Amino acid sequence: MSELNELTLAEARDGLKAKRFSARELTQVHIAAVEKARALNAFILETPERALAQAEVSDRKIAAGEARPLEGLPLGIKDLFCTHGVTTTAGSKILEGFEPHYESAVTANLWRDGAVMLGKLNLDEFAMGSSNETSAYGNVVSPWRRTGSDAQIVPGGSSGGSAAAVAAHLCLGATATDTGGSIRQPAAFTGTVGIKPTYGRCSRWGTVAFASSLDQAGPIARTVRDCAVLLASMAGPDARDTTCVDLPVPDFEAAVSRGVKGLTIGIPKEYRVDGMPAEIQKLWDQGAAWLKDAGATIKEISLPNTQYALPAYYIVAPAEASSNLARYDGVRYGLRVPANDIVGLYENTRAAGFGREVKRRIMIGTYVLSAGYYDAYYVRAQKIRTLIKRDFEAAYAEGVDAILTPATPSAAFGIGEKASADPVEMYLNDVFTVTVNMAGLPGIAVPAGLDSQGLPLGLQLIGRPFDEETLFAVAQTIEDAAGRTALPKPWWA
Amino acid sequence: MSVDAQTVRRIAHLARIAVSEEDVAPLQGELNAILAFVEQLGAVDVSGVEPMTSVTPMRMKKREDVVTEGGRATDIVANAPETEDHYFLVPKVVE
Repeated sequence: MSELNELTLAEARDGLKAKRFSARELTQVHIAAVEKARALNAFILETPERALAQAEVSDRKIAAGEARPLEGLPLGIKDLFCTHGVTTTAGSKILEGFEPHYESAVTANLWRDGAVMLGKLNLDEFAMGSSNETSAYGNVVSPWRRTGSDAQIVPGGSSGGSAAAVAAHLCLGATATDTGGSIRQPAAFTGTVGIKPTYGRCSRWGTVAFASSLDQAGPIARTVRDCAVLLASMAGPDARDTTCVDLPVPDFEAAVSRGVKGLTIGIPKEYRVDGMPAEIQKLWDQGAAWLKDAGATIKEISLPNTQYALPAYYIVAPAEASSNLARYDGVRYGLRVPANDIVGLYENTRAAGFGREVKRRIMIGTYVLSAGYYDAYYVRAQKIRTLIKRDFEAAYAEGVDAILTPATPSAAFGIGEKASADPVEMYLNDVFTVTVNMAGLPGIAVPAGLDSQGLPLGLQLIGRPFDEETLFAVAQTIEDAAGRTALPKPWWA
Repeated sequence: MSVDAQTVRRIAHLARIAVSEEDVAPLQGELNAILAFVEQLGAVDVSGVEPMTSVTPMRMKKREDVVTEGGRATDIVANAPETEDHYFLVPKVVE
């Protein structure tokens, strides 16, 4: 039998249930894989003792016939989710040594369902970045390389540790978060599947906040089915988050095999951006052809305000971040750099604790919210957000069930290749994903092939609010047609 | 719109981030690159459009106005850099 970490999450679940191996064995294989893969820098903290303790509980539950939905399945947790008694850094020096005395709603749901925690995964600082190069704990290296090259490639971001760990088979699945594309872009860059559910599907309680009206948690895994299984556990009502909806969680796994017969898939013409590589256009056309062959109707649609989503995002997200990150003051938790007075304490602590990208965004946010600029920037951006949402509503009102787009404007780039003085160059990575956050919709990235250099490319599907089920069905059809992408050779082990 | 060096210093102070003199010029360039990028929003006709206040149509959840939690002072100060008797310590604020 092949190594246990080559199984998908659903296969591992079924294998445990059939007692072909124990949760302890499954966990040990993953712990060993994590240890061998330190060159990827995917984990900020490894928690093998805790993993083995949880696995032992799982083995007892399985023996007693009381297996829970994720019983004994080893996962990685993005280090943005607060974990009780386990250091949580958000990838920032300012939270160094922070040990929460509470558990985030999403991770509490995972432990309730029997999952095993392998450790805390690296990320861009406070989830601000598209390449995992802003983490205070170093860059994450993608397990993927260009054909014939050993140049280091970024895994995408901000959930770069989650995507790299899942792609390299260090865990069966991982939690992630998405404010402008932070689940879907790294999933596309690493040949994995990632879904950002509808805003309100997962509780944000206990997850370090970046931009509260945009942040959503979701899973990254190696298959569409695995994502469906994980999301079913992560999601659910929570009285402690007033924006978390009181809707029952559907049977996402059942939706995976629904097929696309009779569905109408929209192709938004505005996503054909200037300078889009021919490979991306070809992949997109291929995706539409696969869905058509499987019985869907393809329809060109228009989302006229698409081009304004990214600039509006770079007002709304920094504005909310500047407010959320005001709490890091050197008084209540984390880093403290002394000064003679309280303002000096704040200023020194925040200067030393925040990295460059985070400071930049806090300052932009402070500026657009400041007296005299609030209406010109922030209120205008929120009006444009209304227009973006109306575009989607109009498309769905015309009978479109889901929208197909490329996930990213290119394949992954090399570490350091986008370190120019213009931050906007990096921001353009999220041009296809950010509209979804602005409108609060669900979006899934699914691998669809490799580029000419051998790096993965993904397609994105955008759904109606609270209709993740259709996304799982359509994404499965693409996964079936594309075939699973060939795994990177484990050069790191 | 673009920011000058003086505005960069003012924003940094409002954001309570100490910025050294040699960092002002690079920050000014980066902030102006972002502001130039968002400038295109000025071209959009937003007359009569309501600003978004809730991304999914929902009524805010309410609960009974009763105490649900408390008595966790030890937990709350556990991660603070400096505390005394369940108080956070800061430099003298009031003379």
